[in-house]
Amino acid sequence: MSIFVDDDTRVVVQGITGGEGKFHTEQMLEYGTNVVAGAVPGKGGQEVAGVPVYDTVDEAVDAEDADASVVFVPPAFAGDAVFEALDTDLDLVVAITEGIPTQDMAKVNKRLSEVDTRLIGPNCPGIITPGEAKLGILPGNIFESGDVGLVSRSGTLTYQVVSNLTERGIGQTTAIGIGGDPIIGTTFVDALEAFEADQDTKAVVMCGEIGGEDEEKAAKFIAENMDTPVAGFIAGRTAPPGKRMGHAGAIVSGSGTGTAESKISALNDAGVPVGDTPNEVADHIEDFL
Amino acid sequence: MKLHEYQAKQVFADAGIPTPDSRLASTVDEVMDAVDEIGYPAAIKAQVHVGGRGKAGGIKIATSAEEAREAAESILGMDLKGYTVDRVLVEAGVDFENELYVGITMDRNEGEPVAMVSTEGGVDIESVAEETPEKIAREHIDPAFGLHPYQARKVVFEAGIPNDVAMDVASILGTLYDLYESRDASDIEINPVMITSDREVVAADAVMNIDEDALFRQPELAEMEDEAAGDELEAKANEYGFDYVRLSGNVGIIGNGAGLVMTTLDLVDYYGGSPANFLDIGGGAKAERVTKALDMVFSDENVDSVVFNIFGGITRGDEVAKGINEALEGFDEIPKPVVVRLAGTNAEEGMEILNEDLVQVEGTLEDAVQRAVKNAEEVTQ
Repeated sequence: MSIFVDDDTRVVVQGITGGEGKFHTEQMLEYGTNVVAGAVPGKGGQEVAGVPVYDTVDEAVDAEDADASVVFVPPAFAGDAVFEALDTDLDLVVAITEGIPTQDMAKVNKRLSEVDTRLIGPNCPGIITPGEAKLGILPGNIFESGDVGLVSRSGTLTYQVVSNLTERGIGQTTAIGIGGDPIIGTTFVDALEAFEADQDTKAVVMCGEIGGEDEEKAAKFIAENMDTPVAGFIAGRTAPPGKRMGHAGAIVSGSGTGTAESKISALNDAGVPVGDTPNEVADHIEDFL
Repeated sequence: MKLHEYQAKQVFADAGIPTPDSRLASTVDEVMDAVDEIGYPAAIKAQVHVGGRGKAGGIKIATSAEEAREAAESILGMDLKGYTVDRVLVEAGVDFENELYVGITMDRNEGEPVAMVSTEGGVDIESVAEETPEKIAREHIDPAFGLHPYQARKVVFEAGIPNDVAMDVASILGTLYDLYESRDASDIEINPVMITSDREVVAADAVMNIDEDALFRQPELAEMEDEAAGDELEAKANEYGFDYVRLSGNVGIIGNGAGLVMTTLDLVDYYGGSPANFLDIGGGAKAERVTKALDMVFSDENVDSVVFNIFGGITRGDEVAKGINEALEGFDEIPKPVVVRLAGTNAEEGMEILNEDLVQVEGTLEDAVQRAVKNAEEVTQ
């Protein structure tokens, strides 16, 4: 079992003819993902890695029966691309693009509340159900099918924690990067809720970072609604206030909200052990299983 | 990106928000010319990106030429929380009866902008929010429709703004939202809006921060960014296109991906060291970027030791290793010991390529960080 994606997911890649879109389409196909179409305005009729390209998402969905999209469109046009996907009645949209203006995302976020589509990202590595499908840029070879769900705001930190798990023979049901922007679609709470409902997920890793209050909300959700054990990690303990630490969302505000201390203590209060190192997170998960 | 007060005020004035008469000056003589034109009292205000300028001595009121000269001499060239003041705004003093706060920011919990109005202007709004949150009226804004005029009126009346100026304040709020949206602001505020003895409203200060991800479509505002004002290394990082933050420690850190770089900083601290910087070389980095990253970290004189932590997804370990070799082969003597840890895509090829005469190679994140901390300790001893 898994959450959100599996080997039945049929994917359209928006921005498939660009450098990243093309490279990662090949990687996704190689992993076994059903990439059934691409969508790029003005490039309809072409093929990329054997995948037919259409001018619009609408055409691609009609012709190839896609139910998910992955967005590799440059930041200036990505908000529009996500709107196009949301208005095409897909089940899932994964936005990889980094650097989408916040006000574009505020409008996307508004539309999101009016449709049934799930958005993952933006500014995220995507989602993978090991052995079945990956939608995004995660390196497939470090994942292994197993019992642990993982949700994270960061890409490479996810890879680090996953490799700590896989090295011990602990595989994953699904791993999701929810993205490092201030406004994102799927949140920690959404992912945790889905992992809690998934029979095969026996434990969950949650990797948070400074900025915002999503980790605090997740802690509350875990305390009130979850039986599945969760182990956590919070990046940014040493970050100074007011500085953007790479991710647009990773910033401790001047008034002191969004600190690592606040997030760690909220998680601890919810009974979630928080590792001091990524390897310690794997220790906690091993204890749970 | 932050605009200076004088820049933000220009944007506000162009949009029709009343601001006091003012001149920008960078020498004492220019200040004296400005006060001659504007008259007294005049405010002399340091133009640096620092909060709490008044308390730190960066804002002075002059009621005579003598006081203006004294103020100009003390403020120009002063060090304000690490920034040298090279420009002041000379502004007509406002005879005010009340000070209000109006502002708009993104409420990231709701994913939509929020307008805020308070009668408690002229003080740090964050402490008002903490101590007496009931004194700030708030109104969320649907980004699809913008701020409706009725919402602007509603939040102004809720805040208890005096009736005779309420409509003027609501109008300023409406203009602020137009600017917030059309100029891709992340925060925009006036603190204080002054109500004069003639019951006019005037923007006595101006804060406008622009979403850096939107600068590509705000070319006029992008031009206002002054590279000289910030840290020299941070300006260099900007030029190279790195996400870089300078810190006060002595262990230089280079990695890929914001979360993993932050984690590397945290581990340096956890193992008893002190991080010198945050440097994210980004995804898919090639040899040339690696060389530039090393150049950046070596140019920080506080750095005694360097740790390079790469987990390759799109970034390939062999490319990174080539870059490290190329960068270090250029030196007669390696400036500071460099510890490298490569994992993920092509990591094994990378480890083989690395020249172990030039770098120390470690297999795990924890080992690499501990070794770099130890290297730094040895240098300091």
